[in-house]
Amino acid sequence: MHEWALAEAVVSAVYDMVEKEGLKTVSAINLKVGELQQIDLGIFKFALSHLFSGKLKDARVNVTKTRARLKCRACGHKWSFSKIGLDESAKEAIHFVPEIAHAYVRCPACGSPDFEVERGRGVWIQSVKGEKKT
Amino acid sequence: MSDPRTAIIDERLKGIKNIVAVSSGKGGVGKSLVASVLALTLARKGYKVGFLDLDFTSPSSHIVLDIGGEQPKEEKGVVPPNVHGLRYMSVIYYSAGHASPLRGFEATDVLIELLAVTKWGKLDFLLLDMPPGLGDITLDLLRFIKNVKFLVVTTPSKLAFETVRKLVDLLKEARVPILGVVENMHVNDSTWIRQQVELTGVRYLGAVPYDSELEENIGNIEGLLETEFSVALKEISEKIEDELKV
Repeated sequence: MHEWALAEAVVSAVYDMVEKEGLKTVSAINLKVGELQQIDLGIFKFALSHLFSGKLKDARVNVTKTRARLKCRACGHKWSFSKIGLDESAKEAIHFVPEIAHAYVRCPACGSPDFEVERGRGVWIQSVKGEKKT
Repeated sequence: MSDPRTAIIDERLKGIKNIVAVSSGKGGVGKSLVASVLALTLARKGYKVGFLDLDFTSPSSHIVLDIGGEQPKEEKGVVPPNVHGLRYMSVIYYSAGHASPLRGFEATDVLIELLAVTKWGKLDFLLLDMPPGLGDITLDLLRFIKNVKFLVVTTPSKLAFETVRKLVDLLKEARVPILGVVENMHVNDSTWIRQQVELTGVRYLGAVPYDSELEENIGNIEGLLETEFSVALKEISEKIEDELKV
């Protein structure tokens, strides 16, 4: 599943942060997951727990979900991704490559394809908590 | 906040021996055709070859290669389908032929996403079909793929070469290896491009003749590989193998 690939990326990035910050163990990993990518949180968390070992083995994962908000660059209109009626194949494509929304979504006010994802795009690491080496 | 995807890119690419970006300063010089035929030629020689179309707004390699209906598979990531012996990946699988206009930073996000989730496995070559110019994707490659090497395509046009010279200057300044320059659509005995390339200190890999039968063989793999264009590229591929010591 695609969620596994993203989970592997999170684990790799957390290990980099652990090294950089000199952590002995990790107690919590705080993630932000955007709605646009439509990640299955059950699979994503399962993948993370499966991949955690060593300094990460007791880490708790906290996920904050962020609603996707789009803004038209042409007319300034703002709208929610959840309000758009997309078919399953378009949703699936956006799940893999969120920017492909530009192939399927148009501004509901003016029809422009030139919009930005103000928030709620993908997966972000907000913070990693743990015990520092003495 | 940090983006975790960039942390996994090296891991995704670690099984690839040679990553070659087929690039030019100008559009319309034949990058996609050169990259596609080169990939097919190397695959026919028995190498394991991957192909990634990085022209996200105007991809065309899927037409050259007539990729068929097989889709990427989900196996704890995205596994590219086999297209005529190539492991092939393009945003075309997701945009489904719709226009997908992207700003530069959005194209960067597409690149990071594809590099983070695509599972190439072991490859002798990964060919990257680049968008034209010195924009975001060229700069991003230098940022994210440490061992990328460039194959530069020009035409005999002074206009095309002027942009190629800038690309070569940029790559040399960034100390990125350049395998050489291919002169595509060569129509007469002029050696002007060869001389200009040699003045830059980069290897001139050869001239590919303008081939009036090329267009009608686009999408027809067997016919395509028999064109004068492909015969000339076969000789160039040997020089590239020599350059890469494979």
